[in-house]
Amino acid sequence: MIAQRKVLTDEMVAQIEALAPRYPTKQALTLPALHIVHDELRHVPLDAVVEIAQLLDLAPAEVQDTLTFYQFFHQEKPHGKVRAFVCRSISCALRGGEQVLDHLCSQAGIKPGETTPDGSLTVEPAECLGACDFAPCMLAGDDLHKDLTPEKADQFLNTVRGGAS
Amino acid sequence: MSDSQSFQPVLLEAVGVENGHSLESYRSRGGYAPLEKLLAEKQPPEVVEMVKSSGLRGRGGAGFMTGLKWTFLPKDHPGPIYLCVNADESEPGTFNNRILMEDDPHQILEGTIISAYATRASTAYIYLRYEYPQSWNSLQAAIDEAYAAGYLGQNIKGSGFSLDIYLHRGAAAYICGEETGLIESLEGKRAWPRIKPPFPAIEGAFRKPTVVNNIETMACVAQIARRGVDWFRSIGVPADPNNPRDPGSYGPKLYCLSGHVEKPGCYEAPLGITARELIDRFGGGVWKGRRAKAVIPGGISMGLLSEAELDTPLDFAGPGKAGCLGLGTAAVVVIDETVSIVDFLHNSCRFFAHESCGQCTPCREGTSWSLRMLERIRAGKGRLKDLELLAEIGSTMGMMPGSTICGLADGAAWPIKNAIAKFRDEFEEYIKQSNPTGYMETDPVPALPILSAH
Repeated sequence: MIAQRKVLTDEMVAQIEALAPRYPTKQALTLPALHIVHDELRHVPLDAVVEIAQLLDLAPAEVQDTLTFYQFFHQEKPHGKVRAFVCRSISCALRGGEQVLDHLCSQAGIKPGETTPDGSLTVEPAECLGACDFAPCMLAGDDLHKDLTPEKADQFLNTVRGGAS
Repeated sequence: MSDSQSFQPVLLEAVGVENGHSLESYRSRGGYAPLEKLLAEKQPPEVVEMVKSSGLRGRGGAGFMTGLKWTFLPKDHPGPIYLCVNADESEPGTFNNRILMEDDPHQILEGTIISAYATRASTAYIYLRYEYPQSWNSLQAAIDEAYAAGYLGQNIKGSGFSLDIYLHRGAAAYICGEETGLIESLEGKRAWPRIKPPFPAIEGAFRKPTVVNNIETMACVAQIARRGVDWFRSIGVPADPNNPRDPGSYGPKLYCLSGHVEKPGCYEAPLGITARELIDRFGGGVWKGRRAKAVIPGGISMGLLSEAELDTPLDFAGPGKAGCLGLGTAAVVVIDETVSIVDFLHNSCRFFAHESCGQCTPCREGTSWSLRMLERIRAGKGRLKDLELLAEIGSTMGMMPGSTICGLADGAAWPIKNAIAKFRDEFEEYIKQSNPTGYMETDPVPALPILSAH
């Protein structure tokens, strides 16, 4: 069946297919495919799930099952232009991680897990980011923000807002 | 045995070296020559024997003998056999894999290539957690260099042995660090751990024989190949002659020190250094001149050492003797005297409630119920009876009581059990003071909504 794709671009499909020789099954491409779509769209809408399933000879439910297991993937709407994970696990919590999370959210005018109305920032609590030597820490995009303080969180917020305007 | 004072870092030798992550630097430090020698001179069973006789125990948490694990693979299997390198490091407090991957990725690759040769694997997947983008870039660059230099790909250095290494990106789920959860995730499914047997060595990834080893284990394999079995066995704690089941704790270990210390960081020491020496000599002591109230010996799932137990040696057998679950990942988290043990346990229970994969009811319900109770206690509605209920949850969920498939629930249970056993007075005091009129209640009470779990 050749379906008209609505979400997956030819480029995304090419990226997914390029990884196929690495795995003995097509299903193993599920996570890589979800990442490829999520990297591009900042979420994986249901239509994309169906299209990934078609590409991998799976039932859409199989792809959706995997997607929903991993909290990482947004589905209904895209996360903000910048996605910030603030660690709340023990090493960061002992050094003020939860205060930084609260501060960042209140300054941004959102609750943990939400996106700012201008779409510039999503703040999510995270479990251990594996950077306890720099606690409290935050991962925003590919950048690890170390030894956070409320002041550093403010600076980060200014940069994000500047980038969105 | 070398003592911890004179010990020089080996696994971390590239840290602080300019361009230490590059192939050129790794070679200049003696890297890859052992691989070439080994491919030319040793048959795979000899490499298995080398690792087995070194006494190397897996560094990921369970401490199983690495060489012995490899011998569980079926003999003369037509293949393919898979090697999965576990870089899903997610245990709270743990970051040694990150440092190894960022600062010395070729050490990981050399260990991986040697391990694949020993196990006759022709494909290795490094399952890397999403949260480590720098490790991803560093490892991918090293893999590209290794292919270009002929250490990966077809017919490596004319040995006839071929290997591909691929990075596979996780999606932020603690359970993927459990080896069969990792395999399910690699296959594209939800990371629900499998019932064992069959163990992965018999039927693992894609229903083929599979070995899953931790990143630090791979680094140790590289160093054993370079420096020899005798060197490895000269470090650490020898097997207890009075305990035929103790395989000893040999080799260097990366200890991750964090929390309330002056100098958090990843420090390399011989296995068996005490928690106190680690904190005082490497960590600069408890911060702000305070005293430690409790110390996590090896990642949050291992439970707690009290201040009086800080002379416990951090080898594979040590923490268990103090009632902890084990050495785990050797991630030592210091909790100072100002922290409420109730807050600590709340943080721990929230983590496990969030990360329980939901497959086994005792874990799914037990982790969530314990969090709800901690929420209620912190809201000033705790009862002394809750401590009995928490202890009951702690003693009934997990592989050890036989109610779950994997060890996540044991890891959730241990902080509960240790905290209540070692700090019971503080819990009772907290409950009596925060709920002076209701602390003796024993009737069922409604749970409060969980405000902070997800």
